[in-house]
Amino acid sequence: MTDMFQSSQPIYSQLADRIKKQILRGELKPGDKLPSVREMGMQASVNPNTVQRTYRELEGMRIVETKRGQGTFVTENEESLLLMREKLKEEEISEFVRSMHELGYADAEIETGLQAYLNNSGEVGKE
Amino acid sequence: MIQLEQVTKKFMNKAALKNVDIELTKGKIIGLVGENGSGKSTTLKLIAGLTKPTKGTITINGVQVSRLANQVSYLSELDEYYRFYNVGQTIDFYASQFADFNHEKAEEIRAFMNLDRSAKLKHLSKGNRGRLKMVLTLSRNVPVILMDEPLSGLDPMVRESIVKGLISFIDLEHQVVLITTHEIKELEAILDEVVLIQGGNILGHKNVEQLRLEENMGIVEWMTKVSG
Repeated sequence: MTDMFQSSQPIYSQLADRIKKQILRGELKPGDKLPSVREMGMQASVNPNTVQRTYRELEGMRIVETKRGQGTFVTENEESLLLMREKLKEEEISEFVRSMHELGYADAEIETGLQAYLNNSGEVGKE
Repeated sequence: MIQLEQVTKKFMNKAALKNVDIELTKGKIIGLVGENGSGKSTTLKLIAGLTKPTKGTITINGVQVSRLANQVSYLSELDEYYRFYNVGQTIDFYASQFADFNHEKAEEIRAFMNLDRSAKLKHLSKGNRGRLKMVLTLSRNVPVILMDEPLSGLDPMVRESIVKGLISFIDLEHQVVLITTHEIKELEAILDEVVLIQGGNILGHKNVEQLRLEENMGIVEWMTKVSG
Protein backbone atom coordinates (compact mmCIF):
# COMPACT_ATOMS: atom_id res chain seq x y z
CA MET A 1 0.00 0.00 0.00
CA THR A 2 2.72 2.36 1.05
CA ASP A 3 4.40 2.16 -2.33
CA MET A 4 1.48 4.12 -3.75
CA PHE A 5 3.23 7.12 -2.24
CA GLN A 6 6.56 8.64 -3.15
CA SER A 7 8.76 8.56 -0.10
CA SER A 8 10.45 11.89 -0.78
CA GLN A 9 7.27 14.00 -1.11
CA PRO A 10 4.95 14.92 1.76
CA ILE A 11 2.27 12.29 2.05
CA TYR A 12 -0.41 14.78 3.07
CA SER A 13 -0.13 16.55 -0.29
CA GLN A 14 0.04 13.29 -2.24
CA LEU A 15 -3.13 12.19 -0.54
CA ALA A 16 -4.73 15.58 -1.25
CA ASP A 17 -3.84 15.19 -4.94
CA ARG A 18 -5.38 11.75 -4.95
CA ILE A 19 -8.65 13.10 -3.56
CA LYS A 20 -8.68 15.99 -6.04
CA LYS A 21 -8.30 13.54 -8.90
CA GLN A 22 -11.12 11.41 -7.54
CA ILE A 23 -13.30 14.50 -7.60
CA LEU A 24 -12.29 15.34 -11.18
CA ARG A 25 -12.98 11.80 -12.32
CA GLY A 26 -16.39 11.98 -10.69
CA GLU A 27 -15.64 9.17 -8.23
CA LEU A 28 -16.37 11.72 -5.55
CA LYS A 29 -19.23 14.07 -6.26
CA PRO A 30 -20.07 17.51 -4.85
CA GLY A 31 -21.68 16.99 -1.45
CA ASP A 32 -20.26 13.48 -1.00
CA LYS A 33 -18.98 12.60 2.44
CA LEU A 34 -15.30 11.69 2.71
CA PRO A 35 -14.29 8.76 4.91
CA SER A 36 -13.54 9.68 8.50
CA VAL A 37 -9.91 10.46 9.29
CA ARG A 38 -9.36 7.02 10.72
CA GLU A 39 -11.16 5.19 7.91
CA MET A 40 -9.15 7.09 5.32
CA GLY A 41 -5.98 6.28 7.26
CA MET A 42 -6.91 2.62 7.13
CA GLN A 43 -7.77 2.63 3.44
CA ALA A 44 -4.57 4.36 2.42
CA SER A 45 -2.40 2.88 5.20
CA VAL A 46 -1.50 6.37 6.30
CA ASN A 47 -1.12 7.96 9.73
CA PRO A 48 -4.40 9.56 10.88
CA ASN A 49 -2.46 12.74 11.73
CA THR A 50 -1.44 12.95 8.08
CA VAL A 51 -5.03 12.46 6.90
CA GLN A 52 -6.06 15.24 9.27
CA ARG A 53 -3.54 17.52 7.63
CA THR A 54 -4.75 16.53 4.16
CA TYR A 55 -8.32 17.42 5.10
CA ARG A 56 -7.18 20.74 6.57
CA GLU A 57 -5.27 21.50 3.39
CA LEU A 58 -8.28 20.71 1.19
CA GLU A 59 -10.43 22.80 3.47
CA GLY A 60 -8.05 25.72 3.03
CA MET A 61 -8.49 25.39 -0.74
CA ARG A 62 -12.27 25.29 -0.22
CA ILE A 63 -12.45 21.92 -1.93
CA VAL A 64 -13.96 20.22 1.12
CA GLU A 65 -16.01 21.45 4.05
CA THR A 66 -16.09 20.07 7.54
CA LYS A 67 -19.44 20.14 9.25
CA ARG A 68 -19.27 19.87 12.99
CA GLY A 69 -20.18 16.44 14.24
CA GLN A 70 -21.03 15.23 10.76
CA GLY A 71 -17.74 14.85 8.93
CA THR A 72 -15.97 16.19 5.88
CA PHE A 73 -17.77 16.71 2.58
CA VAL A 74 -16.81 17.61 -0.97
CA THR A 75 -17.86 21.20 -1.51
CA GLU A 76 -20.90 22.03 -3.60
CA ASN A 77 -19.41 25.36 -4.51
CA GLU A 78 -18.86 25.13 -8.26
CA GLU A 79 -16.47 28.01 -8.35
CA SER A 80 -14.01 26.30 -6.01
CA LEU A 81 -14.23 23.09 -7.99
CA LEU A 82 -13.62 24.89 -11.29
CA LEU A 83 -10.64 26.63 -9.76
CA MET A 84 -9.27 23.27 -8.62
CA ARG A 85 -9.80 21.86 -12.11
CA GLU A 86 -7.88 24.74 -13.66
CA LYS A 87 -5.05 24.48 -11.16
CA LEU A 88 -4.65 20.77 -11.70
CA LYS A 89 -4.50 21.31 -15.44
CA GLU A 90 -1.75 23.88 -15.02
CA GLU A 91 0.19 21.57 -12.75
CA GLU A 92 -0.04 18.65 -15.16
CA ILE A 93 1.00 20.84 -18.11
CA SER A 94 3.90 22.40 -16.27
CA GLU A 95 5.13 18.96 -15.27
CA PHE A 96 4.89 17.77 -18.89
CA VAL A 97 6.62 20.85 -20.26
CA ARG A 98 9.35 20.66 -17.64
CA SER A 99 10.23 17.10 -18.58
CA MET A 100 10.11 17.92 -22.32
CA HIS A 101 12.48 20.83 -21.74
CA GLU A 102 14.71 18.55 -19.75
CA LEU A 103 14.91 16.26 -22.77
CA GLY A 104 15.85 19.23 -24.94
CA TYR A 105 12.63 19.92 -26.89
CA ALA A 106 11.97 23.51 -27.90
CA ASP A 107 8.56 25.10 -27.29
CA ALA A 108 7.67 25.02 -31.00
CA GLU A 109 8.44 21.32 -31.19
CA ILE A 110 6.35 20.62 -28.12
CA GLU A 111 3.46 22.58 -29.57
CA THR A 112 3.45 20.93 -32.99
CA GLY A 113 4.06 17.53 -31.42
CA LEU A 114 1.16 17.95 -29.05
CA GLN A 115 -1.09 19.23 -31.82
CA ALA A 116 -0.22 16.27 -34.07
CA TYR A 117 -0.74 13.83 -31.23
CA LEU A 118 -4.13 15.27 -30.38
CA ASN A 119 -5.19 15.13 -34.04
CA ASN A 120 -4.15 11.49 -34.40
CA SER A 121 -5.63 10.21 -31.19
CA GLY A 122 -8.76 12.26 -31.71
CA GLU A 123 -11.08 9.28 -31.72
CA VAL A 124 -9.86 8.09 -28.36
CA GLY A 125 -9.79 11.20 -26.24
CA LYS A 126 -12.57 13.25 -27.84
CA GLU A 127 -15.44 14.31 -25.67
CA MET B 1 5.43 12.82 27.60
CA ILE B 2 8.49 10.53 27.48
CA GLN B 3 11.75 12.11 28.42
CA LEU B 4 15.24 10.61 28.51
CA GLU B 5 17.87 12.84 30.02
CA GLN B 6 21.55 12.05 29.74
CA VAL B 7 20.79 8.34 29.79
CA THR B 8 23.70 5.92 29.71
CA LYS B 9 23.31 2.18 29.82
CA LYS B 10 26.32 -0.07 30.24
CA PHE B 11 26.43 -3.83 29.99
CA MET B 12 29.58 -4.96 31.79
CA ASN B 13 31.86 -2.17 30.63
CA LYS B 14 30.39 -1.75 27.18
CA ALA B 15 28.07 1.25 26.74
CA ALA B 16 24.89 0.42 24.82
CA LEU B 17 23.62 4.00 25.18
CA LYS B 18 25.74 7.08 25.72
CA ASN B 19 24.31 10.24 27.31
CA VAL B 20 21.13 10.02 25.33
CA ASP B 21 18.56 12.83 25.37
CA ILE B 22 15.19 12.17 23.75
CA GLU B 23 11.88 13.91 24.18
CA LEU B 24 8.74 12.36 22.73
CA THR B 25 5.33 14.02 22.79
CA LYS B 26 1.90 12.39 22.81
CA GLY B 27 -0.26 11.94 19.78
CA LYS B 28 2.53 10.64 17.63
CA ILE B 29 3.84 7.46 16.08
CA ILE B 30 7.60 7.51 16.27
CA GLY B 31 10.05 5.18 14.56
CA LEU B 32 13.31 4.33 16.26
CA VAL B 33 15.67 3.25 13.53
CA GLY B 34 19.28 2.13 13.30
CA GLU B 35 21.44 -0.91 12.65
CA ASN B 36 21.46 -4.07 14.72
CA GLY B 37 23.15 -3.44 18.04
CA SER B 38 22.72 0.34 17.79
CA GLY B 39 20.76 0.54 21.06
CA LYS B 40 17.15 0.48 19.82
CA SER B 41 15.89 -2.41 21.93
CA THR B 42 17.83 -1.20 24.95
CA THR B 43 16.07 2.17 24.67
CA LEU B 44 12.67 0.48 24.59
CA LYS B 45 13.47 -1.75 27.54
CA LEU B 46 14.62 1.26 29.56
CA ILE B 47 11.38 3.12 28.86
CA ALA B 48 9.40 -0.02 29.72
CA GLY B 49 11.22 -0.22 33.05
CA LEU B 50 12.55 -3.68 32.21
CA THR B 51 16.09 -2.54 32.79
CA LYS B 52 17.58 0.37 34.71
CA PRO B 53 19.82 3.09 33.32
CA THR B 54 23.40 3.14 34.54
CA LYS B 55 23.15 6.93 34.58
CA GLY B 56 20.52 9.56 33.79
CA THR B 57 16.76 9.74 34.20
CA ILE B 58 13.75 8.48 32.27
CA THR B 59 10.34 9.96 32.98
CA ILE B 60 6.85 9.44 31.62
CA ASN B 61 4.58 12.41 32.25
CA GLY B 62 7.09 13.64 34.78
CA VAL B 63 7.15 10.42 36.78
CA GLN B 64 10.33 8.41 36.92
CA VAL B 65 10.03 5.02 35.22
CA SER B 66 10.18 2.00 37.52
CA ARG B 67 9.65 -1.73 37.35
CA LEU B 68 5.95 -1.07 37.88
CA ALA B 69 5.69 0.20 34.33
CA ASN B 70 1.94 0.76 34.62
CA GLN B 71 2.15 3.50 32.01
CA VAL B 72 3.62 1.29 29.31
CA SER B 73 2.42 -1.49 27.03
CA TYR B 74 5.41 -3.28 25.58
CA LEU B 75 5.46 -5.60 22.58
CA SER B 76 8.54 -7.73 22.82
CA GLU B 77 10.62 -8.81 19.87
CA LEU B 78 10.59 -12.30 21.34
CA ASP B 79 7.97 -14.83 20.46
CA GLU B 80 7.04 -15.98 23.97
CA TYR B 81 3.68 -17.43 24.85
CA TYR B 82 1.99 -20.25 26.73
CA ARG B 83 1.73 -23.01 24.17
CA PHE B 84 -1.06 -24.79 26.01
CA TYR B 85 -3.36 -21.73 26.01
CA ASN B 86 -5.71 -20.87 23.22
CA VAL B 87 -6.22 -17.33 21.89
CA GLY B 88 -9.15 -16.60 24.22
CA GLN B 89 -7.32 -17.87 27.30
CA THR B 90 -4.29 -15.77 26.42
CA ILE B 91 -6.45 -12.65 26.18
CA ASP B 92 -8.18 -13.51 29.48
CA PHE B 93 -4.82 -14.11 31.12
CA TYR B 94 -3.59 -10.67 30.04
CA ALA B 95 -6.82 -9.14 31.30
CA SER B 96 -6.15 -10.71 34.69
CA GLN B 97 -2.60 -9.34 34.79
CA PHE B 98 -3.24 -5.72 33.81
CA ALA B 99 -5.87 -3.60 35.51
CA ASP B 100 -5.90 -1.27 32.50
CA PHE B 101 -6.62 -4.08 30.02
CA ASN B 102 -9.71 -3.30 27.92
CA HIS B 103 -11.37 -6.63 27.29
CA GLU B 104 -13.93 -5.24 24.87
CA LYS B 105 -11.25 -3.60 22.77
CA ALA B 106 -9.24 -6.82 22.79
CA GLU B 107 -12.21 -8.70 21.34
CA GLU B 108 -12.65 -6.02 18.71
CA ILE B 109 -9.01 -6.20 17.65
CA ARG B 110 -9.07 -10.00 17.74
CA ALA B 111 -12.02 -10.00 15.34
CA PHE B 112 -10.27 -7.44 13.12
CA MET B 113 -7.20 -9.68 13.02
CA ASN B 114 -9.37 -12.71 12.20
CA LEU B 115 -8.15 -14.73 15.12
CA ASP B 116 -10.28 -17.55 16.42
CA ARG B 117 -10.69 -17.53 20.20
CA SER B 118 -10.46 -21.29 20.40
CA ALA B 119 -7.29 -21.65 18.30
CA LYS B 120 -4.44 -23.22 20.27
CA LEU B 121 -1.30 -21.12 20.40
CA LYS B 122 0.96 -24.02 19.58
CA HIS B 123 -0.95 -24.40 16.31
CA LEU B 124 -0.91 -20.72 15.35
CA SER B 125 1.22 -19.63 12.41
CA LYS B 126 3.98 -17.15 13.07
CA GLY B 127 1.90 -14.47 11.37
CA ASN B 128 -1.07 -15.10 13.63
CA ARG B 129 1.16 -15.05 16.69
CA GLY B 130 2.35 -11.64 15.48
CA ARG B 131 -1.29 -10.55 15.16
CA LEU B 132 -2.09 -11.84 18.65
CA LYS B 133 0.81 -9.85 20.08
CA MET B 134 -0.78 -6.76 18.54
CA VAL B 135 -4.12 -7.58 20.17
CA LEU B 136 -2.46 -7.91 23.57
CA THR B 137 -0.36 -4.78 23.23
CA LEU B 138 -3.03 -2.43 21.87
CA SER B 139 -5.74 -3.49 24.32
CA ARG B 140 -4.24 -1.73 27.29
CA ASN B 141 -5.34 1.78 28.22
CA VAL B 142 -1.89 3.21 28.75
CA PRO B 143 -0.28 6.41 27.50
CA VAL B 144 2.80 4.69 26.08
CA ILE B 145 2.94 1.86 23.58
CA LEU B 146 6.32 0.38 22.75
CA MET B 147 6.81 -2.10 19.94
CA ASP B 148 10.04 -3.88 19.27
CA GLU B 149 10.21 -4.99 15.63
CA PRO B 150 6.49 -5.76 15.23
CA LEU B 151 6.87 -6.63 11.53
CA SER B 152 10.07 -8.61 11.69
CA GLY B 153 9.97 -11.98 9.95
CA LEU B 154 6.32 -11.67 8.92
CA ASP B 155 4.97 -11.98 5.40
CA PRO B 156 3.48 -8.98 3.52
CA MET B 157 -0.17 -9.83 4.23
CA VAL B 158 0.45 -10.07 7.94
CA ARG B 159 2.47 -6.85 7.91
CA GLU B 160 -0.37 -5.05 6.23
CA SER B 161 -2.90 -6.26 8.78
CA ILE B 162 -0.59 -5.19 11.59
CA VAL B 163 -0.10 -1.72 10.11
CA LYS B 164 -3.84 -1.30 9.56
CA GLY B 165 -4.56 -2.63 13.04
CA LEU B 166 -2.21 -0.05 14.46
CA ILE B 167 -3.89 2.76 12.52
CA SER B 168 -7.37 1.78 13.62
CA PHE B 169 -6.79 0.93 17.25
CA ILE B 170 -4.29 3.38 18.65
CA ASP B 171 -5.69 6.38 20.43
CA LEU B 172 -3.62 9.27 19.15
CA GLU B 173 -5.35 11.74 21.41
CA HIS B 174 -3.91 10.08 24.47
CA GLN B 175 -1.13 7.77 23.38
CA VAL B 176 2.35 7.85 21.98
CA VAL B 177 3.71 4.89 20.03
CA LEU B 178 7.39 4.14 19.74
CA ILE B 179 8.35 1.43 17.24
CA THR B 180 11.76 0.01 16.46
CA THR B 181 11.98 -1.29 12.94
CA HIS B 182 14.08 -2.36 10.01
CA GLU B 183 11.03 -2.33 7.76
CA ILE B 184 11.09 1.36 7.03
CA LYS B 185 9.32 1.18 3.67
CA GLU B 186 6.29 -0.44 5.25
CA LEU B 187 6.04 1.97 8.13
CA GLU B 188 7.06 5.22 6.56
CA ALA B 189 3.53 6.37 5.75
CA ILE B 190 2.46 5.95 9.36
CA LEU B 191 5.38 7.54 11.18
CA ASP B 192 5.13 11.12 12.43
CA GLU B 193 8.72 11.24 13.56
CA VAL B 194 11.88 9.27 13.18
CA VAL B 195 14.80 8.96 15.59
CA LEU B 196 18.08 7.60 14.26
CA ILE B 197 20.38 5.86 16.68
CA GLN B 198 23.87 4.58 15.98
CA GLY B 199 26.43 3.10 18.33
CA GLY B 200 24.43 4.24 21.36
CA ASN B 201 24.19 7.85 20.16
CA ILE B 202 21.20 9.73 18.77
CA LEU B 203 22.19 10.98 15.33
CA GLY B 204 18.97 12.79 14.54
CA HIS B 205 15.30 13.28 15.34
CA LYS B 206 12.99 14.52 12.58
CA ASN B 207 9.38 15.14 11.74
CA VAL B 208 8.96 12.93 8.67
CA GLU B 209 6.54 15.12 6.69
CA GLN B 210 8.76 18.11 7.39
CA LEU B 211 11.73 16.15 6.06
CA ARG B 212 9.85 15.44 2.84
CA LEU B 213 8.54 18.97 2.52
CA GLU B 214 11.70 20.90 3.32
CA GLU B 215 14.43 18.58 2.14
CA ASN B 216 12.63 16.39 -0.41
CA MET B 217 13.92 13.38 1.41
CA GLY B 218 12.46 10.10 2.53
CA ILE B 219 13.51 8.37 5.73
CA VAL B 220 16.00 6.03 4.07
CA GLU B 221 17.73 8.85 2.18
CA TRP B 222 17.93 10.90 5.36
CA MET B 223 19.41 7.98 7.31
CA THR B 224 22.04 7.46 4.64
CA LYS B 225 22.91 11.15 4.64
CA VAL B 226 23.09 11.53 8.41
CA SER B 227 25.01 8.36 9.15
CA GLY B 228 27.27 8.65 6.11
